Amino acid sequence: MNLLLLLIVPLLTALAVLLSANGRQVKWLSFIGSLAQLALAFILLYTFEEERATGNTAQMLFEQRYPLFQSLNISLHFGVDGISVVMILLTAFVSIAGVLVSWNIEKMTKEFYFLLLLLGLGAYGFFISLDLFILFFFLEISVIPKYLLIGIWGTGRKEYSANKLALMLMGGSALILVGILGLYFVAGHSFDLTEIAKTTIPGNIQMIVFPLLFVGFGVFTALFPLHTWVPDGHSSAPTAGSMFLAGISMKLGGYGCLRVATYLLPEGAKEYANIIIALSAIAILYGAFATMMQKDLKYINAYSSVSHVGFSLLGIGMLTQTAITGALIQMVSHGLMTALFFAVIGMIYDRTHTRMVAEMGGLMKVMPFIATIFFIVGLCSLGLPGLSGFVAEMTVLVGSWQNNDVFHRVATIAAAMSIVVTAVYILRAIARTAMGPIKNAAFLQLKDAAWNEKLAAIILVAGILSIGIAPNWLNELLRPAAEIIMNRIAGK
Amino acid sequence: MNDIFTLMKSELAVTAIIFLLLLIKIGKGVRNEALLPIIQVLLLINLISGFFFNKEGALFGDMFHTSTLIAFQKNILNLGVYLISLLFTDWLKKSQHMAEFFMLILSALLGMFFMISSGNLLIFFLSLELSTIPVAALANFDLEKKRSSEGAMKMILSSAFSSGILLFGISLMYGATGTISFAEIPAKLDGSSLQVLAFVFLFSAFAFKLSIVPFHLWTADVYEGSPIAVSSFLSVISKGSVAFIFISALYKVFQPMQAVWYNMLVILAVATMIIGNLFALRQQNIKRFLAFSSIAQVGFILVGMSSSDNTGVTAVTYFILIYVFSNLAAFGIASVISEHSGKENIDDYKGLYKTNPFLSWVLALALFSLAGVPPTAGFFGKLFLLTAGAAKGEYWFITIAALNMVISLYYYLRIVRAVFMDKNETPVDKIKLNDSVKLAFIICGAGIVLTGLFSWIFDFIQSLH
Repeated sequence: MNLLLLLIVPLLTALAVLLSANGRQVKWLSFIGSLAQLALAFILLYTFEEERATGNTAQMLFEQRYPLFQSLNISLHFGVDGISVVMILLTAFVSIAGVLVSWNIEKMTKEFYFLLLLLGLGAYGFFISLDLFILFFFLEISVIPKYLLIGIWGTGRKEYSANKLALMLMGGSALILVGILGLYFVAGHSFDLTEIAKTTIPGNIQMIVFPLLFVGFGVFTALFPLHTWVPDGHSSAPTAGSMFLAGISMKLGGYGCLRVATYLLPEGAKEYANIIIALSAIAILYGAFATMMQKDLKYINAYSSVSHVGFSLLGIGMLTQTAITGALIQMVSHGLMTALFFAVIGMIYDRTHTRMVAEMGGLMKVMPFIATIFFIVGLCSLGLPGLSGFVAEMTVLVGSWQNNDVFHRVATIAAAMSIVVTAVYILRAIARTAMGPIKNAAFLQLKDAAWNEKLAAIILVAGILSIGIAPNWLNELLRPAAEIIMNRIAGK
Repeated sequence: MNDIFTLMKSELAVTAIIFLLLLIKIGKGVRNEALLPIIQVLLLINLISGFFFNKEGALFGDMFHTSTLIAFQKNILNLGVYLISLLFTDWLKKSQHMAEFFMLILSALLGMFFMISSGNLLIFFLSLELSTIPVAALANFDLEKKRSSEGAMKMILSSAFSSGILLFGISLMYGATGTISFAEIPAKLDGSSLQVLAFVFLFSAFAFKLSIVPFHLWTADVYEGSPIAVSSFLSVISKGSVAFIFISALYKVFQPMQAVWYNMLVILAVATMIIGNLFALRQQNIKRFLAFSSIAQVGFILVGMSSSDNTGVTAVTYFILIYVFSNLAAFGIASVISEHSGKENIDDYKGLYKTNPFLSWVLALALFSLAGVPPTAGFFGKLFLLTAGAAKGEYWFITIAALNMVISLYYYLRIVRAVFMDKNETPVDKIKLNDSVKLAFIICGAGIVLTGLFSWIFDFIQSLH
């Protein structure tokens, strides 16, 4: 498959949105565009599997290279492996759901959808880039749309949150930039990921560059203690904004931590692995306990995201193949789950105009569909078998347990204990919102989900179930890619 | 004789326009409305012709030399002047002395052309003066405004001071090496302390013109007092030209002293970025804001200069090309709004998007480009400066530069926030844009978006060496 299609389709959709006449056109164009993206993602999955089935074991498939800034040896170098394919699928799922749940946006519709499509474009570009410069370009391209989405369409302290998010993410990017430049000169003037992977980078350089890259990407994926933009950003953003932020953008960071930092700099990764493990174990526990104290549904999901994303980073830090595969599954699982979570919160907020748990109750009686989805996503979050969260966290924990010294065991046990805390806050939130008596008489008039909201929810639930019930296809996709990363770490 | 016409064609073209304007002025007065389009067309022809028939060569016993790269750099300045003639149409039409305005600006441009092409220290000094004195007169162009005279006075005093330093440096350099020719100086440099002292004086004069910290103090006052058209000329074209000659002097003439100037550049780059950024954080007046932000931008240019190979020259030239588009667009918006509403404070920009979406998007593009955010060209420009600067492997230096990009993003976002997010009971009224202003904004916007995406532009500049 021609990977450029993944960029051209969102770009054309965005341009068409800019030229369209009214809000109705904008919405339908965006919907059709994101439907096309979803179709493309499935075609990519299919052709990828076909290609692998014919015995093509090259690390990257569908490679394409167009020279750009030749004098600096930069080129548009695209290619995908199993990890990228999975991430692209995730992006397509969240994109279409995001477009659907924003159907009622009235304020500056055109601009809203344009920025949303731009965010998706940045994510696709990021996941298919094999040139670090281009990868960085696509990473940064998504910062300003996020800023504007939160600042213009957000709620609460939106300007503050938007500023905080933009500055922290740009700070992370600054570190990534320095790291990438370091790699560029060490690898003999090349930004090419596959080229750099062939060179042996001196140990002392790895010790400098690895932390720069890992912390830089870590900011994007809420590495403790640089997670502080997450609660503010997520809770102020409009629904689709939160879905994109938590569902896709945080995964950019995780992907970068693995693909760029850990894969290219294995010595650095080994050196700093214990710090990563300690920080992510803290993030998992801290996120879980902080969530228990939250009263606002969006804050609940934002803090629980910190905890869940901690599992991805823990998996990466453990440096075993199972744990890394688990980290990747957790990224996908969390992406789908948290997007659905935010979508449901948005639906509830649109109707009740509150996000406070204490002011709700008995929603199951007035809006059974929404409340049921809320149930499903909550159970996924607390790791119920049959849903994606269980598969992901289980894999990470099993992989972590393979390291048999005291430090790794303690971190693993600490992470596992967070699941209990998760169960407490999730069950409590569901019980107080969906169950019990209706506290506000006005709630009796509320309507259940509209067609667009139902469709969005069903798409995401389908994703969650497909991982939860039959995780093997995902595992098969990710395993060869994780193996290549592991081989480099093991020095083979 | 033929060589003069081919090698000096950009200088001759500008001179011809100046004399044409002079004749028009002393002949029958032509109304501004009629004269301005003529000037714009002349400048456009000048710009287009600047792309063709550029040759390499030297004249007058090596006092004047040119190459394809130098011709390209001159044409970047031509582009800037052309954009200025379009952007400030409203202000120019009201002015009683429009012909004089262009005569002065073109004289300064002529000085810059000679400066970039200069082959020895004396012609360099002469052309630098030619490029400064008309600008001081320009700074005083709003005759009825006190601030404008104040700005002009400050400009004259500070540039006289820097000229003094420069002359002193030149005489010391002559004493220490026995030559004023750029071609002969490198062989005579042996790193003696007198030579280093002379170099420091020369360096300071450059630093004055580029408003590098700690020689930046005149900048904000002059920018605030001068008409916006003049501030933009100072901040974009004047700085660009000095950056061109500065980098070629460092790389070619003072190459043997690289160890000395590398350290100076690094220290001054860090100081300039940090101080420019910190002052820009708290400015209320948009002109002062742009003044400090352009100081910070110079800091980034210095980062790129600290490389010592062709990549540095290419990165700086490329960045200034982008800087012409982005900074002129920002100044243009400030001018349009100031002309129509008299407002120059950032708070007055609140709610601009409601009434003037086109202006708001152009402003946002320009600011994002200045901040170095993709997909604007500024991203590529900044990144290549940092790439050039990183060649020496000084991680801390590049980290500071990269973090400064974050600080600068903070204050650029302040304006974006005012324009797009903040509410305002009395936003600026809907402004009906003049066609030529609109054209200029479209050119700037296209430049901001396309210069980065058309990567061959960078490769083209690199191939000019």
